[in-house]
Amino acid sequence: MDYEPVIGLETHVQLKTKSKMWCGCANAFGAPPNTNVCPVCLGLPGVLPVANEEALRLTALTGLLLNCTVSRHAKFDRKNYFYPDMPKNYQITQYDKPSTMNGSVEFEFGAGMARVRITRAHLEEDVGKNFHFDRTSGVDFNRAGVPLMEIVSEPDLTSADMAYEYLNALKDILVYGGVSDCDMEKGMVRCDVNVSVRPRGRKELGAKIEIKNMNSFSGVRRALEYEIPRQIETLEKGGKLIQSTRRWDDVAAVTEEMRTKEHAHDYRYFPEPDLMPFQPTAAWLQEVSRRVVELPLARKQRFMRDYQLPASDAQTFVWDAALGNYFEGIAKQAKNPKAAANWVINNLRAKLAESGVALGDLKFQPGAILELIELVDSGKISGKIAQDVFAETFATGDAPARIVEKKSLAQVSDTGAIEKFCEQAIMANPGPAADYRAGKMAALNFLKGQVMKLSKGKANPALVGEVLERKLKG
Amino acid sequence: MLNQLTISELVAKLAKREVSSRVATQACLDQIQRVDGRIRAFISYDAANALAQADAADQAIAGGATHAERPLLGVPVAIKDVIAVKGQPLNCASKILGNFVSPYDATVIEKLKAAGAVVFGRLNMDEYAMGSSTENSAFQVTRNPWDTTRVPGGSSGGSAAAVAADECIAALGSDTGGSIRQPAALCGCVGMKPSYGRVSRYGLVAYASSLDQIGCFGKEVGDAATVLEVLSGVDPRDSTSVPQPVPHFAAGLAGNIKGLKLGLPKEYMIGGLEPEVKAAVDKAVKQLEKLGAEILEISLPHTDYAVATYYIIATAEASANLARFDGIRYGARVDGADPMELYGKTRGAGFGAEVKRRIILGTYVLSSGYYDAYYLRAQKVRTLIRNDFLKAFEKVDVIVTPTSPAVAWKLGEMADDPLQMYLMDIFTISCNLAGICGISVPCGFTQKPKLPIGLQLLGKPFGEEMILKVAHAYEQSTGWHREKPPGNG
Ligand SMILES: [Zn+2]
Repeated sequence: MDYEPVIGLETHVQLKTKSKMWCGCANAFGAPPNTNVCPVCLGLPGVLPVANEEALRLTALTGLLLNCTVSRHAKFDRKNYFYPDMPKNYQITQYDKPSTMNGSVEFEFGAGMARVRITRAHLEEDVGKNFHFDRTSGVDFNRAGVPLMEIVSEPDLTSADMAYEYLNALKDILVYGGVSDCDMEKGMVRCDVNVSVRPRGRKELGAKIEIKNMNSFSGVRRALEYEIPRQIETLEKGGKLIQSTRRWDDVAAVTEEMRTKEHAHDYRYFPEPDLMPFQPTAAWLQEVSRRVVELPLARKQRFMRDYQLPASDAQTFVWDAALGNYFEGIAKQAKNPKAAANWVINNLRAKLAESGVALGDLKFQPGAILELIELVDSGKISGKIAQDVFAETFATGDAPARIVEKKSLAQVSDTGAIEKFCEQAIMANPGPAADYRAGKMAALNFLKGQVMKLSKGKANPALVGEVLERKLKG
Repeated sequence: MLNQLTISELVAKLAKREVSSRVATQACLDQIQRVDGRIRAFISYDAANALAQADAADQAIAGGATHAERPLLGVPVAIKDVIAVKGQPLNCASKILGNFVSPYDATVIEKLKAAGAVVFGRLNMDEYAMGSSTENSAFQVTRNPWDTTRVPGGSSGGSAAAVAADECIAALGSDTGGSIRQPAALCGCVGMKPSYGRVSRYGLVAYASSLDQIGCFGKEVGDAATVLEVLSGVDPRDSTSVPQPVPHFAAGLAGNIKGLKLGLPKEYMIGGLEPEVKAAVDKAVKQLEKLGAEILEISLPHTDYAVATYYIIATAEASANLARFDGIRYGARVDGADPMELYGKTRGAGFGAEVKRRIILGTYVLSSGYYDAYYLRAQKVRTLIRNDFLKAFEKVDVIVTPTSPAVAWKLGEMADDPLQMYLMDIFTISCNLAGICGISVPCGFTQKPKLPIGLQLLGKPFGEEMILKVAHAYEQSTGWHREKPPGNG
């Protein structure tokens, strides 16, 4: 029998706010344990939460970026369970009235496009982090109370690769929108995976298996690559699958059962009495909608269309949005946008990386790159010299034309001077000259090189070839 | 004796520099020394710290500070052990908090300090404010100053007893279902529960978040008005506090109550009401009529459901609110092989029987499959109860009831009958469910033994000014509040 997997993802993303969800503590990674804490995020007796409005804005913004409906009446609920990393032993989340719902994400997949529906994106709080030492354990509450958004997809995903691409597309959107840095290394994105299999064509879903707390996209892909065949194999062998929760063991590359449905938590959700329902006004939503940015995929397609760039260049400008914006700044005036893209991607980006200079701190005007392209296109300098000129421009901020003039780098196109260099080269290298005359075309390149050397690189290469040929043949 | 003074009397003497705050504070400390061995209202107090605050107040007065700017400057105010005071123990009369010391001030404490009060002492209460007799304290049993074989009421029994026994000038308490008004009635002092949202809950250890409200105890209505004004106001740290303007409550007391309409709910004249309580309340109503008020019978048809509704909502919220007391971050811990065992042992040893009963009840009503039948339905009934009151307040300005169906009962008398004890809150509980304000004032005594009886006045949401005015007019025309328990000195 042919089976098909049905996959849905719950993606948790830390929001990019200055402070935590309910208190004024810094939302920052890497501080010494329990230094970004206060009575509120430690859950001391008597404290109360106050919602971080920027987190509410970022959640609404996410809703807009994911084509969701943004609710005019959202509320918070308590999700009750005991765990040492939970300061209050309940998590404040949104249960039946989330901030946003019913959206979708479109992304490139295989040769075409894919679309995954989004059930909801809601706001909640992160928990602390447990550490286990030799004989004791400890909890770092720096992360406790950091605003966390949960994005729940419909079970529209049908393969491990598709799940992987969806997650990357989602990440691009969130990073782009300024919603989250989505830094995996810092644990800013975590995933729960729901996967079941069913005979292809059947409508009912199979037993839902949840794989909890994945912290990398490649991990999600690998877990699914393991789990889907495992489920199919179980069914094919006549076994039965039951609703359960599993854990991904990254080292052994297997999933293991944690608990079955009978042992599922009863979270006893109820409305959070310490917070009022959140009912944004039209003006508030208007303000948020001003922060909506062009989505990565749309940007890529626009760059390919408007500047005739290959997909790889356009993708580079999507991933590095600042570089893309810089490119756009000059591409509009460029006669040859592809040449401008080459300069920005190959030269400027390399120089930035090598020098550590930020894009905003460049010493030269963006127009300098166009000037440089013009100098090459008009034959005034060679492509090779242009590299040196750019390095100089980058270092000093001087305009390329000024550098060319100051350092006399313009190509020598004066036939008289080139003829002189050619004669010198032929005289000094009788062997290669003879070889050429005997039919070895390669010898011409050697002589060309000699002429370039004599001219200190400034001779117009095309002209040199012409003159040399004439002289050798004549 | 300075410890017997009301706020207004003490403030007058302090302002004229007839007495110092140090001497007044010392008088309270002396009274504690003298009577608290019997009363046991205080779990603990820091005498040196209180006197240091008194000295600071005296210096401020010497420096020209006035009570117009700082209305409680130099006035000793004691605090229920459920409100966080920086550097002071915070136990909620429970074993589970161990030797926890609060690292921060509740908003009301900041406000008291800004108003110049000498903030001192940790007053006994039912553990986590769960109870009506203060017998559920893990530390000690507080006794009624009028008869030390009887309960002071609860849960703020320590606060009521301390004020009645003149161990402080005024006190703070909290009221979730009557926990200020009922002990005030049983101890013969004034107890004020503000409207939900009037006073910040930041720093009040939550029992039932949607019902809890901090309030105050005083020796007369004017004192309650003065303290309430200091406590009131919207707080950016409490999203449920309401940005209502705060009236000058003390200034609003004056004037007569002629023509005001007072409502008597017919549902409150129940069989369980003690005859002497009924007689005293009837007499109080006559007195109010004499003062010019018009008495109308009203109906609060959903009254019968109030106690059941309360015990579902309050325990549901409590089951989550008390989850944080787990021995992981603070408080007493009993170790276990894994976190679950640690929780079980810590909470098993740390919580008392009544707290456990309510956590279990609350956990049950929120459980999957029961939520709709209990919690959701209770929320709907709560709305009906609130609507009952809002409708009644279209006809009347203030609702008048007994505060408690009974006067102070014997210690241990109801210890084995929690349900009977729950019914003692019958007249006070609806006020919290409706989010309205209420006050209890002394309205007489039983004959033998002589035990105080309380009159409850209920007002519209944010209608504190009105009930304070009626309470004040009644009080000034009777003088019950001036009677002192035997042995007060
Ligand atoms: Zn904090």
